[in-house]
Amino acid sequence: MATIKQFFLIELLKGLTLTGRYLFSRKATIQYPDERTPQSNRFRGLHALRRYPSQEHFPSPPAPLPEGARGANSGYATNGMEERCIACKLCEAICPATAITIESAEREDGSRRTTRYDIDYNKCIYCGFCEEACPVDAIVETRVLEYHGETREELIYTKQMLHAVGDEHEAQIATDREQDANIGEP
Amino acid sequence: MEATLTGFLQGMLGSKWELVSPVWPLAWVLIKIVAILAPLMLGVAYLTLAERKVIGWMHVRLGPNRVGPYGLLQPIADGIKLLFKEVIAPSRASKGLYFVGAILSVVPALAAWAVIPFAEGWVLANIDAGVLFLLALSSISVYSIIIAGWASNSKYAFLGAMRSAAQMVSYEIAMGFALVCVLMISGSLNLTEIVVAQNKGLFAGMGLKFLSWNWLPLLPMFLVFLISGVAETNRSPFDVVEGESEIVAGHMVEYSGMTFAQFFIGEYTAMVLVSAMTSIFFLGGWLSPVALLPDGFVWFALKTSFILFLFLWARATFPRYRYDQIMRLGWKVFVPLCIAWVLVVGIWMLSPLNIWK
Repeated sequence: MATIKQFFLIELLKGLTLTGRYLFSRKATIQYPDERTPQSNRFRGLHALRRYPSQEHFPSPPAPLPEGARGANSGYATNGMEERCIACKLCEAICPATAITIESAEREDGSRRTTRYDIDYNKCIYCGFCEEACPVDAIVETRVLEYHGETREELIYTKQMLHAVGDEHEAQIATDREQDANIGEP
Repeated sequence: MEATLTGFLQGMLGSKWELVSPVWPLAWVLIKIVAILAPLMLGVAYLTLAERKVIGWMHVRLGPNRVGPYGLLQPIADGIKLLFKEVIAPSRASKGLYFVGAILSVVPALAAWAVIPFAEGWVLANIDAGVLFLLALSSISVYSIIIAGWASNSKYAFLGAMRSAAQMVSYEIAMGFALVCVLMISGSLNLTEIVVAQNKGLFAGMGLKFLSWNWLPLLPMFLVFLISGVAETNRSPFDVVEGESEIVAGHMVEYSGMTFAQFFIGEYTAMVLVSAMTSIFFLGGWLSPVALLPDGFVWFALKTSFILFLFLWARATFPRYRYDQIMRLGWKVFVPLCIAWVLVVGIWMLSPLNIWK
């Protein structure tokens, strides 16, 4: 029986029928730059450092800073919004790839702030543990996935760069987190 | 057509015709060669696109669609890319043979088109030993692969060459025997006569010409020829010669730029050639399937395209044969089957049931 089946190419014809059917089926290709797959609100892309939306989050707003204190790493953006990060270093501790490097110091107003917050994208595995560990939702992963570096140095993101990402995408980041928090609620 | 053109030229040149007439037969042949090869090369270029498209569709992909509308300029882009790439010869390679191997991959595949009749009387060289000519040239194409594999001075290339030597020789025998059956029933080695011989018979008399073609009475030989044709051109599933997952690209591994493209052109031209041969030997060449429709080149092109589609279809469907399976199929299945069928056809022809009188 097997010989007869082989001799009349039964199995081969079955295979051809299958591929012949697929020739006319709907194609699964998504033509990437023009079309995109749906993205989860939990998508883990490029990191961002967030700021509070306004100074209201502080029971007692900090005293105005002395002139010249607004250095590159002060955390204050031009709009004056306070950064969330309190330099607790939980993200640095949990990072399985040791991609995060933090240095901290006391700021002029007496609060604890980071003077350095680097993420090395040569190491990062986008696991999202830093985001989970963060007690103040300061470090988050955004939906941004199209970025590149041509040297290793370019892939080490500084505090300033991470804040820039956060400032650009804050609206999206906030809605995504809101959605995630409301899962299961009517 | 030649007479018309000759007359036209005589009228145009007047007394100067005397100067042109000695070289005119040669020029006429050259014109015919260009008329065959230019569309053929275009066909080969677009066969690569067709292959990528068809296989893409069978993989539920779209295939190339970025260069030009529907990706139609893709073969041209590929050609330009390969043209501008550097032709590298490995320092330890045997330089002369290295390039001869590349050239020889195209030459026999193109030369074989000299005897292919595209339609009634549309043939460059209507020789009586057309079938022998085709078989001889398809044997030469083995040399290209062996020379390329040897001259590259590389282990993978050498392995590919050794594989092809055994494979192509084995399947040539099956192919030859399948053709013997065709020769027996058509009584000629001339390709035009082989096609014309398929135009008569019981079903042809009824108007259903396609049932009188050789594929039906010689169905096993048709399949053997088709499968041997795939093996002969080293196409998937018989592509152990290239075997990209085993020996990278076999005999082509050291080639680059246009020398690499030569192997591709050779392979695809051979594919078109085998398809054309199949349509001539078994599918009635330029004959139309029913008596209502006129015969013509269109039918030859359609039949050839259909066989080419089968080539692509098989490539998208079947996994590669293991080397020992290829040898088993060639020697233990096809050769005995062919010999048996030669006897069957011989007895059939001598019996009162002979349908080829």
